[in-house]
Amino acid sequence: MGEQENDLDLATLNDDELVQQMHDDLYDGLAEEIDTAVRILLDREWQPYDILTKALVEGMRIVGVDFRDGILFVPEVLMSANSMKAGMKILKPLLAETGAPKMGKMLIGTVKGDIHDIGKNLVAMMMEGAGFDVVDIGINNPVEKYLEAIEEHQPDILGMSALLTTTMPYMKVVIDALVEKGIRSDIEVFVGGAPLNEAFAESIGADAYCRDAAMAVETAKEMMSRRQGSASAAMAGSG
Amino acid sequence: MSPTVTSPSTLLIACGALAREITVLRDNHGWHHFDVQCLPANLHNRPQLIPEKVREKIQAERPNFDRILVLYGDCGTGGLLDRVIEEEGVERIDGPHCYEFYTGAEKFQEMSDADPCSFYLTDYLVRHFDTLIIKGLGIDRFPQLLDDYFGNYTKLVYLAQFEDAGLKAQAQVAALRLGLEFDYIFTGYGGLESFIAPEITDLIKEAS
Repeated sequence: MGEQENDLDLATLNDDELVQQMHDDLYDGLAEEIDTAVRILLDREWQPYDILTKALVEGMRIVGVDFRDGILFVPEVLMSANSMKAGMKILKPLLAETGAPKMGKMLIGTVKGDIHDIGKNLVAMMMEGAGFDVVDIGINNPVEKYLEAIEEHQPDILGMSALLTTTMPYMKVVIDALVEKGIRSDIEVFVGGAPLNEAFAESIGADAYCRDAAMAVETAKEMMSRRQGSASAAMAGSG
Repeated sequence: MSPTVTSPSTLLIACGALAREITVLRDNHGWHHFDVQCLPANLHNRPQLIPEKVREKIQAERPNFDRILVLYGDCGTGGLLDRVIEEEGVERIDGPHCYEFYTGAEKFQEMSDADPCSFYLTDYLVRHFDTLIIKGLGIDRFPQLLDDYFGNYTKLVYLAQFEDAGLKAQAQVAALRLGLEFDYIFTGYGGLESFIAPEITDLIKEAS
């Protein structure tokens, strides 16, 4: 960031300009600027949910598109994500207080033997940004831990992540355990990670392969609206 | 380049990270019965590109060689490289990545099970640590990302193919830079040597 830009006083911008500037600052990975801008919008009595969706999530959507198109790479996306995290840190408690709409619940963790959580953390953050409750069980999870957490939190979606060719087969161990316990149809299973692909996801019986965080959000939204549609149809049918 | 020999000709298509090791093996054993062509090692930062790059190379060189061997692990392609290998009717060295074919599958599995928080380097990765790890991951531009990348690791394990005090010292510096403990294991050329050796023996027999 140049000196001239450093001198930009975000408080002098009108709302539209400020939101546009936040998109640019997210793109450039400027966490301090995002922190400042979020506070300015709160002072202007913006709803936390509007700041989240119009400024942060929209900014990250642009980042996601350019990542998918090979314009941005992992380091830049991580810097953007860390900036969004700075904004989310302020908004999260306020969102809880103001009762922002909830889309559903996701439980997410990397599989046993795998400690690589960059992708998992990005998905968790973007899912939260999209209004999902996210229960993050961290890294290196054996099947027992997934099952315990599912029982405790009753999520709509289970997200499993792996970076290693050697650890990705463990996803099938978890899915098989869900089948064995008779709860497979209660939960949508999303899988992701650099070495995965559609064919692998299909072969292990996952519901969706999500190649990036943006796709995980899109897929989760579609899935939830399908579920809600099915539930409404079932209620109408029984009425 | 097409070989001019009349005996059966073999091409090794290898990851650039193995080029030096293959050359050393060839020179040590006098294995001058095959050609080697390497693809850039930095494809590992975008492994989804590896399968099609390997396919392009196989198809371009097939008219020039009787046999093609591929010296790549799965290398994070999630089985897609194996699909290419099968479709193109060539052979690949066993194993998911070069760490495993240097140490041997059983030993590497033991190590991973015992401690999944180890980050592995080979001779090649030690030599090119700054380019592939520090610059490749953008840590030179964004030092604050170090924890995002390496926060869950506890140890750097240097799997050495060649005993070299200088490289060992460089690996120790790398561990220090990443804030990790250091461990050193000498592997030699492991499965890389044992994969090539029988092929070469066959070639020598066929040629004589």
